[in-house]
Amino acid sequence: MRLSPSAFFARLGFSALAALIGAFFALPLIWFLFAPFNARAELGLALPNPFTLANFAQVIQNGFAMRGLLNSLIQAVGGVVLVGIAATLAAYALSRSSLPGKGAVTYVLLLFSSVVSGSAAMVPIFLIISAVGLIDTHLAVILVFAGGLLPTAMFILRDFIDSIPRSYEESAMVAGASPVQAFFDVALPVIRPGIVVVVVWAFVNVWGSFLIPFILLRSDELMPASVAIYSFYSEAGTPIVTLLAAYALLYSLPVVALYLFVSWKFGFRFFGGIKA
Amino acid sequence: MKRFSLLSNRAGALFLTPGALLVGVFVIIPFFWVIFVSFTNRTLLGRTAVNPDFVGLANYLALFDPTSFFVRGQFGFSLILTIQFVIFSALLGQALLGLLLAWLSQSIPPALKSATQTAVIAAWILPEVVIGFAWFAFLDYDNGTLNMILRGLGLPGADWLLEHPFWVIVVFNTWRGAAFSMMLFTSALASIPPSYFEAANVAGASSWQKFRDIALPLIRGHVVTDLILITMWTFNVFTPFLLTNGGPSYRTELLSIYTYRIAFRDFEFGKGAAVGVVIMLINLAFALVYLRLGRQKKQGAGA
Amino acid sequence: MASVEFQKVTKSFGTFNAVTDLDLAIGDGEFVCLLGPSGCGKTTSLRMIAGLETPTSGKVLIGGDDVTYLHPKDRQISMVFQDYALYPHMNLSDNIAYPLKVRGEPAGKRAARAKEVADVLKIGDLLDRLPSQISGGQQQRTSLARALVYPSRVYLFDEPLSNLDAKLRLEARSFLNHLQRDMGMTAVYVTHDQAEAMALATRIAVMNKGQIVQYAPPIEIYRRPATTFVANFVGNPPMNLVPVDAQIAEGVLQLRAQGLSVPGLPVTPGIAAAIGRAGRLTLGVRPEHLRIAADAAGPRLSGKLFANENMGPEKLVTVERPDAGRVTARIFTDDEIRLAEDVAFTFALEHLTLFDAEGLRIPLEGEA
Repeated sequence: MRLSPSAFFARLGFSALAALIGAFFALPLIWFLFAPFNARAELGLALPNPFTLANFAQVIQNGFAMRGLLNSLIQAVGGVVLVGIAATLAAYALSRSSLPGKGAVTYVLLLFSSVVSGSAAMVPIFLIISAVGLIDTHLAVILVFAGGLLPTAMFILRDFIDSIPRSYEESAMVAGASPVQAFFDVALPVIRPGIVVVVVWAFVNVWGSFLIPFILLRSDELMPASVAIYSFYSEAGTPIVTLLAAYALLYSLPVVALYLFVSWKFGFRFFGGIKA
Repeated sequence: MKRFSLLSNRAGALFLTPGALLVGVFVIIPFFWVIFVSFTNRTLLGRTAVNPDFVGLANYLALFDPTSFFVRGQFGFSLILTIQFVIFSALLGQALLGLLLAWLSQSIPPALKSATQTAVIAAWILPEVVIGFAWFAFLDYDNGTLNMILRGLGLPGADWLLEHPFWVIVVFNTWRGAAFSMMLFTSALASIPPSYFEAANVAGASSWQKFRDIALPLIRGHVVTDLILITMWTFNVFTPFLLTNGGPSYRTELLSIYTYRIAFRDFEFGKGAAVGVVIMLINLAFALVYLRLGRQKKQGAGA
Repeated sequence: MASVEFQKVTKSFGTFNAVTDLDLAIGDGEFVCLLGPSGCGKTTSLRMIAGLETPTSGKVLIGGDDVTYLHPKDRQISMVFQDYALYPHMNLSDNIAYPLKVRGEPAGKRAARAKEVADVLKIGDLLDRLPSQISGGQQQRTSLARALVYPSRVYLFDEPLSNLDAKLRLEARSFLNHLQRDMGMTAVYVTHDQAEAMALATRIAVMNKGQIVQYAPPIEIYRRPATTFVANFVGNPPMNLVPVDAQIAEGVLQLRAQGLSVPGLPVTPGIAAAIGRAGRLTLGVRPEHLRIAADAAGPRLSGKLFANENMGPEKLVTVERPDAGRVTARIFTDDEIRLAEDVAFTFALEHLTLFDAEGLRIPLEGEA
């Protein structure tokens, strides 16, 4: 496309500005691309010298650290399974049944979920978990996350299910299927993409979270990676940069992989949970 | 006399039960419990852990005590700090930056657009602990990348976390969250028919004019939605804790961090609950405005 | 096959009455079209036969059984939906065979039967494909195949052809006609396309605003529309309606309007009663019954030439009348029609229809 001189310079200017902003966003992360592979990594940005994978080897041998990743996985998968099932069922009910007060329920749910944030509810969540004796268990983290993520997940899925033609289930029922058969044979497979998005979003949320596990867990064996990463500080309180960087990279990989997967399959459409 | 519906009321109620239970226990009950605890002097240890007294509004009076309100490390200071934080990092930071990025993305080469958006989104999706540490390294006085660049340009470096902690967390949070606004505005701009801009091009409008006269009025609804959402999220954000721990000397102690300290370092649950209630009330105000706007949008012409 | 009956059925959605006091009897083996504009209640009525809507009051019977509150799966019916409702995750064979799966038929039998039906509908080679991989016309036939794959008492169609382009629609329509004659199915067919209704139905129920306006075989609807609404709805172009002054003088009915010349007509009791209520009537004559007047004799309807559309062997000539209404004639000739500005049409008296001031048809002498 041939541009006039003024348009060309405008585009150049915009590109320069965009590049500058992009650099601003990338800068803090570039260190992070090099440090894990650097045997002499420090806080400063430096090319790996010498390039090595020994950091990763050391991290993998660190039982506590790997246990941290495993715990993150347990909590994230548990949370995701719970959210996935509960949200799908609830969203289907909100979309397809004629329960009285459906609209009010959604409204109230949304209201409560935005009001009762992690910061506000720290104290009661701790007290509730203590009261049922679940402090320091994976289950506590999973349940608390499920409860917190559910309203948004339900909302996203309900919107999605609303957009699926009712004629699918209707035709199945005319053909002789009971509502349960119609749900499993016809509705669920079509809802699956929406469930995938919600599951990925929930996973990323639980995997990366710090505050809830920090408050609810006590023993080292249960700490997820987000807390376990602090074990890479020496007794003096300084970070062992090489190991920390390697561990952080490992810790980030699933999130990056999931994001690439979702954007390859669906584009940007769902990320952000925009209630448009 | 049964009316036909795709899911019977009984099955519907059954389907809702697991979700309702989870939300009930972990969202709704905490809402009421935190209000209740805020009226007690409950703590983690000692007599008041097992036998808390009902103290009425004592916790709230302590929070809003005029003599200590503005003292650093107290509730009032934290509240004001958080409000300033929201104004600068969300309203001015994330929203403006997101809008700028969305607008720029339309007129730059696709490769650059991809690269920039990838960087912005990476900042948003990486785990908070990781980016907290990345920034810690970035800002380091001796070797950090930022100081390296500044000194390379002939400018003096600084111990950022010590000397300008508030602005550090403002920039940090803007960096962290701009992606959401960028994506929201990108999709909002994409919904404007290209012919509007083409007509403006033919009429000789500059980029700024196109933005001000065409884009902005048409995406006004989205701008408002975005502002409210990011205001709510930023108001409740905890991530800066990973960078500054609320310090130095409480200079970056946002409300969420203050709550954490009161409840889990000082073990004063009653007082922590009172802060939680205040936070919830402020959230409620935002949420009501947002929901009301959402309904207005539905009733009026489509967004 | 079975009969279908509505007994005083009303269906309201909140304060809106979709269907009011509907009485309709469809005989075993009849192909009844519910015809009308959007919002007339035809789809709601169809869905009440299927069980997808429940009447607010009244009864629905299939084969004499009261099915008003029966779940769709127990009614032994088939239905073809407007959007075809083909399950995107199943291939055609599974889609077609789904009703058999629900009935517990083994996989081998299901596939065989699906192939059988698919072959009849000429989609037998596509059974491995997904719905997204076939054309609109093939999707429509798949949907039909699924309806035919199992035994049903009644076949329901909800505007099944409206998403097809014109040529496909004609092909599908003649296939349905063939199917109906072949199987003798009891069918209820909803459409807003009057040509479809005329071509397929043994009887048409013309509906408007939740009520049946006329229920009769197509030829009757065409020749003796019960109201101006029906006259206007059926026929393409619709019947020409001309307001006229009417009075009874010298023992005959005299109709007068500018540019109209009609001889006196015999007076029937119906005519007398209508004139007693109001002196204005509406005269109706179909476009295909109008010819260009060759001479001054016979009934005449004239106006200023407005449009002359040459569509091949069919020509549409439209004139604008002094009362600002328009009259269109549909003339079949291979020759081009050249006309001056003033045009006069003529017609045979037997093609004249009269409506009273409320739009109800007045039977003329010799008619019921």
